Amino acid sequence: MNDITQTLARVLPSRNTLWMLVFFAGLFALAYGFYVATQQANYIWHWNRIPRYFYYTDTIKVRTEIAGKVASITHKSGDAVVIVEGDGASEFYTVPGANLRVGENETLYMGDVIGTYDKGSLGLMAQGMLITIEISIIAIIFGIVLGLFTGLARISTNPCFKWTAITYIEIIRGSPLLVQILIWYYVIGTLVNNLLVTSGLPQIPEMWFGIASLSIFAGAYVAEIVRAGIQSIHKGQSEAARSLGMTKSMAMRKIILPQAFRRILPPLAGQFISLIKDSSLLGVIAIRELTKATREAVTTSLMPYELYFVCGLMYLVVTFALSMFVQYLEKRSVE
Amino acid sequence: MIDVKNVFKTFFVPHEVQALHNVSYHVNSGEVVVVIGPSGSGKSTFLRCLNRLERAERGQIMIDGTDVLDPRTDINKVRMEVGMVFQSFNLFPHLTVLENVTVGQTSVRKRGKHESIENAMTLLNKVGIHEKAGNYPSQLSGGQQQRVAIARALAMDPKVMLFDEPTSALDPEMVGEVLEVMKTLAREGMTMVVVTHEMGFAREVADHVVFMDEGKIVEVGPPEHFFTNPTHDRTKLFLSQIL
Ligand SMILES: Nc1ncnc2c1ncn2[C@@H]1O[C@H](COP(=O)(O)OP(=O)(O)OP(=O)(O)O)[C@@H](O)[C@H]1O
Ligand SMILES: [Mg+2]
Repeated sequence: MNDITQTLARVLPSRNTLWMLVFFAGLFALAYGFYVATQQANYIWHWNRIPRYFYYTDTIKVRTEIAGKVASITHKSGDAVVIVEGDGASEFYTVPGANLRVGENETLYMGDVIGTYDKGSLGLMAQGMLITIEISIIAIIFGIVLGLFTGLARISTNPCFKWTAITYIEIIRGSPLLVQILIWYYVIGTLVNNLLVTSGLPQIPEMWFGIASLSIFAGAYVAEIVRAGIQSIHKGQSEAARSLGMTKSMAMRKIILPQAFRRILPPLAGQFISLIKDSSLLGVIAIRELTKATREAVTTSLMPYELYFVCGLMYLVVTFALSMFVQYLEKRSVE
Repeated sequence: MIDVKNVFKTFFVPHEVQALHNVSYHVNSGEVVVVIGPSGSGKSTFLRCLNRLERAERGQIMIDGTDVLDPRTDINKVRMEVGMVFQSFNLFPHLTVLENVTVGQTSVRKRGKHESIENAMTLLNKVGIHEKAGNYPSQLSGGQQQRVAIARALAMDPKVMLFDEPTSALDPEMVGEVLEVMKTLAREGMTMVVVTHEMGFAREVADHVVFMDEGKIVEVGPPEHFFTNPTHDRTKLFLSQIL
């Protein structure tokens, strides 16, 4: 009898393994249910068409612009240089990869194809993703600087600094980001660009108004994170620093901020992950970031299911990379 | 060296407390003064007013000829000359032991890195902790941390050292090592104001003992006086409780 229970214990999965199986079964059921639903809706999946939205190759044809004869073909490190002569004129064409369609002395008419080569380009979604990453990185940098100074102003004893910080933080945190983006583009953007045009200066591209809205939005939250971080450092630390004769700002830079930095990192990471996701709103002001690019791809391809999934996945990749980076920073600063 | 005249200090938050009430006292160069008194009697406030960690609202405080309360005084200059050791050590946890002792020298005294390190190692040697120079404070025992804190204050070459209950947060077996360092300092002629309940220390090294109660200096005298015939009833009561 005892033997049997022991054998059973060995053969049957433990309680934890059982629940893990339940988890994966649930996941599979969900995916399968979804698949069945799309079958019912007669949706045809085209995953094979997705890669072209990231990278595609075009075949470029090199054509002669004059009529005449192929005077010479020389090969230079894998490329071919073709010289066409005729009617007293002479032109040379470089064909990368040397995939030629003509031979020496061949007679050519204007527009004849001399050779072809393949040129790779980034697809719509890859471009969108690059813009999303670019905007996010710039906005994060501005957001940190702005948030740091606002946070310091927020705990300053100078009433002007303090009230400026409080006003800024409350206004930004109290209104929707979407509205702020629209104001930045349609109000501030038009005003600024109008002024620039009347003074004969070039206009600022919409991307910068998008970056401004995200940085200023993030800055308000970063300021509160910075403030909380600084205030979490025990008062004895600044007293010890001051009693050595350090000035306020010296104590802040050498003693308080380095300690606060470690505590600030995790909530800061969360804030910047939000920022990356929030950049998807910038599509409303004609910035072709990842979400907007995806929507454009959907209208031309009619593959919403695949594309929106991939779009979400791309955000996941970027935010995951960011949290990995922050975790690395955290580990390094803890040692 | 230290001259305190008619100093008042009131706290208003969370409720009004008169922490110092008309306190006057004089400390000569090279003297060791031990301040005793019940909890809340204003001992810490007295010490903290000396280097303006708290600002006294009335009276005069002179340190080595400088008026501490004068708004024109560069308080950081005064603080360079006045070392302070706290009950809870307050070492900088993100810096190594060595860096704790050099940071003030390089940033405040504007000493070269090399000179600061040399000086720091001499001081760490003096407090008996040089082999831990590369460690972080969290890797040290309480007694070791307090000795580093003393070295950190000494690194500024202060003329005066203030100690606010330097051994109260320590396990009993570590009290001795810290007191030993303080005794050495006293013997070398450092001017010291020490808030402590260690009566053995007071008896051995103090030139004067000050008894404070309710924000006032109640009784002053050499240590023997306190142990043999204290005059005030409150002093007697306090001593009977701690001895
Ligand atoms: N920062 C502060 N804010 C408000 N009240 C304070 C502050 N510091 C001290 N006090 C009050 O002032 C009085 C004197 O405090 P102080 O810390 O100087 O006493 P102490 O003699 O050092 O006592 P202890 O032995 O407990 O350290 C107490 O009533 C205390 O509550
Ligand atoms: Mg105290």
